[in-house]
Amino acid sequence: MYGFEAMTFNIHGGYLEAIVRGYRAGLLTAADYNNLCQCETLDDIKMHLSATEYGPYLQNEPSPLHTTTIVEKCTLKLVDEYKHMLCQATEPLSTFLEYITYGHMIDNVVLIVTGTLHERDVQELLEKCHPLGMFDSIATLAVAQNMRELYRLVLVDTPLAPYFSECITSEDLDDMNIEIMRNTLYKAYLEDFYKFCQKLGGATAEIMSDLLAFEADRRAVNITINSIGTELTRDDRRKLYSNFGLLYPYGHEELAVCEDIDQVRGVMEKYPPYQSIFSKLSYGESQMLDKAFYEEEVKRLCLAFEQQFHYGVFFAYMRLREQEIRNLMWISECVAQNQKSRVHDSVVFIF
Amino acid sequence: MDRFIDDLPPMDLMRSEKMMFVQLIIPVESAQRAVSYLGELGLLQFRDLNSDKSPFQRTFVNQVKRCGEMSRKLRFFKEQINKAGLQSSVHPVSGPDLDLEELEIQLAEHEHELIETNSNSEKLRQTYNELLEFKMVLQKAGGFLVSSNGHAVAEETELSENVYSMNDYADTASLLEQDIRAGPSNQSGLRFISGIICKSKVLRFERMLFRATRGNMLFNQAPADEEIMDPVTAEMVEKTIFVVFFSGEQARTKILKICEAFGANCYPVSEDLTKQRQIIREVLSRLSELEATLDAGIRHRNKALTSIGFHLTKWMNMVRREKAVYDTLNMLNFDVTKKCLVGEGWCPIFAKAQIQEVLQRATFDSNSQVGTIFHVMDSMESPPTYFRTNRFTNAFQEIVDAYGVARYQEANPAVYAVITFPFLFAVMFGDWGHGICLLLGALVLIAQERKLSNQKLGSFMEMLFGGRYVLLLMSLFSIYCGLIYNEFFSVPFHIFGGSAYRCRDTTCSDAYTAGLVKYREPYPFGVDPSWRGSRSELPFLNSLKMKMSILLGVTQMNLGIILSYFDARFFGSSLDIRYQFVPQLIFLNSLFGYLSLLIIIKWCTGSQADLYHVMIYMFLSPTDDLGENELFWGQRPLQILLLLLATVAVPWMLFPKPFILRKLHTERFQGRTYGILGTSEMDLEVEPDSARQHHEDFNFSEIFVHQMIHSIEFVLGAVSNTASYLRLWALSLAHSELSTVFYEKVLLLAWGYDNLVIRLVGLAVFAFATAFILLMMETLSAFLHALRLHWVEFQNKFYHGDGYKFRPFSFALINDEED
Repeated sequence: MYGFEAMTFNIHGGYLEAIVRGYRAGLLTAADYNNLCQCETLDDIKMHLSATEYGPYLQNEPSPLHTTTIVEKCTLKLVDEYKHMLCQATEPLSTFLEYITYGHMIDNVVLIVTGTLHERDVQELLEKCHPLGMFDSIATLAVAQNMRELYRLVLVDTPLAPYFSECITSEDLDDMNIEIMRNTLYKAYLEDFYKFCQKLGGATAEIMSDLLAFEADRRAVNITINSIGTELTRDDRRKLYSNFGLLYPYGHEELAVCEDIDQVRGVMEKYPPYQSIFSKLSYGESQMLDKAFYEEEVKRLCLAFEQQFHYGVFFAYMRLREQEIRNLMWISECVAQNQKSRVHDSVVFIF
Repeated sequence: MDRFIDDLPPMDLMRSEKMMFVQLIIPVESAQRAVSYLGELGLLQFRDLNSDKSPFQRTFVNQVKRCGEMSRKLRFFKEQINKAGLQSSVHPVSGPDLDLEELEIQLAEHEHELIETNSNSEKLRQTYNELLEFKMVLQKAGGFLVSSNGHAVAEETELSENVYSMNDYADTASLLEQDIRAGPSNQSGLRFISGIICKSKVLRFERMLFRATRGNMLFNQAPADEEIMDPVTAEMVEKTIFVVFFSGEQARTKILKICEAFGANCYPVSEDLTKQRQIIREVLSRLSELEATLDAGIRHRNKALTSIGFHLTKWMNMVRREKAVYDTLNMLNFDVTKKCLVGEGWCPIFAKAQIQEVLQRATFDSNSQVGTIFHVMDSMESPPTYFRTNRFTNAFQEIVDAYGVARYQEANPAVYAVITFPFLFAVMFGDWGHGICLLLGALVLIAQERKLSNQKLGSFMEMLFGGRYVLLLMSLFSIYCGLIYNEFFSVPFHIFGGSAYRCRDTTCSDAYTAGLVKYREPYPFGVDPSWRGSRSELPFLNSLKMKMSILLGVTQMNLGIILSYFDARFFGSSLDIRYQFVPQLIFLNSLFGYLSLLIIIKWCTGSQADLYHVMIYMFLSPTDDLGENELFWGQRPLQILLLLLATVAVPWMLFPKPFILRKLHTERFQGRTYGILGTSEMDLEVEPDSARQHHEDFNFSEIFVHQMIHSIEFVLGAVSNTASYLRLWALSLAHSELSTVFYEKVLLLAWGYDNLVIRLVGLAVFAFATAFILLMMETLSAFLHALRLHWVEFQNKFYHGDGYKFRPFSFALINDEED
């Protein structure tokens, strides 16, 4: 099953793998989170973070801090690291790294399109976009009136273009079909990424297929839960599931017909890896599902670091950092809004 | 003997300073002052008593935060000053001494003022830019319009009345209004939008317009004449002016949206020439007004910044110090009454009086009623290592510390390295020509010492500067060794009189094949210069350097072993003397000490004996007759004796020590049945990683294995280390051969031609090769080999190097670090 990656991997990938493992060592630990959770003000958070790798990014911020500033600066660090790696990367790693950002690109497209639909200011929307998912003509998205224009005007230049083949319609944009577009794009993206990883072969294929399958399954569950009670037909729902993953194909058939959360649960509990996630939840509850999924994901991402000579570590690192930023955002929000009792609700410890 | 050693004067650098563990109990009101005075003194290393607390849970967190905020402001000022291209004065003016609160207020004021002026000037700049852009658009787009107007008139006369129906906006709309008031919507009308966009975006912009209008548009562009300053980043941006012609209302909204998305500024242009001229005039007059205001604003800002710049360095130092003081205060603990701070730390014993004096001064200055209590405590931890070095010894101490910081009070190899290190370097780098070059370099560095030490140097220069005294000694010894080897860029010189040798005949053609004839007294100092290029050169030099290497090596290793004796004596461990030092000394000297003896005898007597043979057959068949290789009477029995001694020495250093240790341990254990039990409090204080922890758990097998490893290492090391010293010979040979090659094959070869160009080229190549290969690369490699000989061959005989450095709380050190 394994090629001889160990012999040749380090020629091109060794330096970057070393870098990414170095970056990983800078992730906040449980001790850091414990300290952060005890913070009283955002300044305390800044002070604690200044002792971590985020220090240089936060040190020049004037004192009345806002949650957004903290998150923005932390994201900036992630982006800097990503750009550094991308600069150093050679094929096929550079393509792999680019694939990681496509998800953000899709989110940004959807954000802008939805925003313009609700007549929000484009500049304001642009500030909200994830910097990893930026592309040149993103601001022009506001011009488009329907999917076809969206594709023809803007997205044809982006790497997302091939994913669009399934959702070109002349219908005007509305919330519903934007959401469908997002999921169709995501499906096409995940499938493409999956195929790409399979093509790379070796340990990368093995580890990434596991991680991507988890991602696909989680999206399938989320789509199902979110579409319960909407006018989305079963067939349409079925179409949004990615064609791989643990649930494919039989789980998808069953998910497609689910009418409430407990039915979803029934479907998922047939699959041992997901059983443990759902067993943590009480019946009829879907609030904590996100956290349970995140925890499981973090566990899997951390495992990717146990093996050497594969690209999964880059994916895992980016995801872990993003999770860390989500954690920081949650903690800062809780601290800022004096909701410290809820601070542990959404924080996923990484180590 | 013992008396003699004890009576020797103490060597400062040999043992690290005696340290003591002290406790300070400082009343809260004088704590800040006391700590800051201690920081000025810089002789006390505080221990962090709150290491379990996170930074924001400590006592003085607010002050630390305030200092952080202030230093942020100072960084902001510095950045602004740099951006404005001003020089922050290096010599701080002595203004009135501020305390922290005043400084904080002042800084806040300055920052507020600066931000305000910045935002004002940014706004002004924005307006100015808009006007400037408008002016450019008017000038350029006017040109397009005129040309296309004529075109349109000629081709489509029927459109001309409705086309460009944008005349009515100019007098009503503000000049700066962004959006365009198009004329009344007219389906067939050809209309235009003009504006300005970043040059880098033009291509994509055009493509997007083309797509959005499905090709139904005309895009004209012209580069702007001037660059425009981005108000936020203050960078100059190149811009391009464009005019888009299109038709239809829908296309207009689309194009405007695209313009917005690309950050293109649209400006209305009248196609009526007179109106255009009028507007241009207006714009120009407003531009000049704005320019004047902008200039005034910038002047005002620069003045403010300059006045800040005068104090900036001083303020930065002050804030840095204050922050360090509070960071240190955070390491202290409150006592039970909450009225005093309790600190613990290490200080050298000699500093006790100074520290007490400083503390008293602090109490006095802060009008505290209670003095600071300062007393010595016991500590289980091993004290830090502190050598008082000066700028000369510092570099050598650094060389040793790079390997490992000496254990507390352990013999310091740096004492010997001051001489041995440059000397061993010079043995490899023996060339007095190159030595003089190095000497000049070192002298330049030393002469510039005062200037360079205040400057910030690059990493390479800093290394060179830090090692300037090492370089000085290295070059002096190189000259000395070079004189002995008689090397000067491999040109032979008769400095110390005439050579003792001459050629066999007048042509000297057989000097290399048959050798030379000796005809008078030997050359008085060093190698005879006539040997260069003769038959006897290499065999003689090789034999000399090889034997010399072994002699130097054995001497240095013996020094190392002797130092281990002094260490054992110092720490009172007779066990180490008896079962480690003695057998080691015997083992090394019975084999390689004997070899050294043979070398010396051979040199003195001029015997023809083959030393390889002697040494090899000493092991293979010690009882055989030596024959012609006998150097002195009684050599055979002596060899047998030495061999026996060496054989005995190995088990001697291996077995007794662990067994005696075990015996001592069991005895102590039995004796302690009724002994004092360690108080539980004391045990809790012990840090888990402290070096001097009581090893209560005695593990015999571990100690035995340890001893075995050490013995094996020593026995094998005796051979391999001696062989390792042969690098002295190898590098010296390589150096002299390399310089011969460059001299003979480059310089002399080029000089052989009677052509100025070739000679110059040859000279240049020779100079570069000498500078880069011989002076830089060879210096580096000889340095590294000398380093290795010290770290491995010398220091492994006695040096543990598992101590930790004394890091006192000192403002001077903090300033160094930040710079």
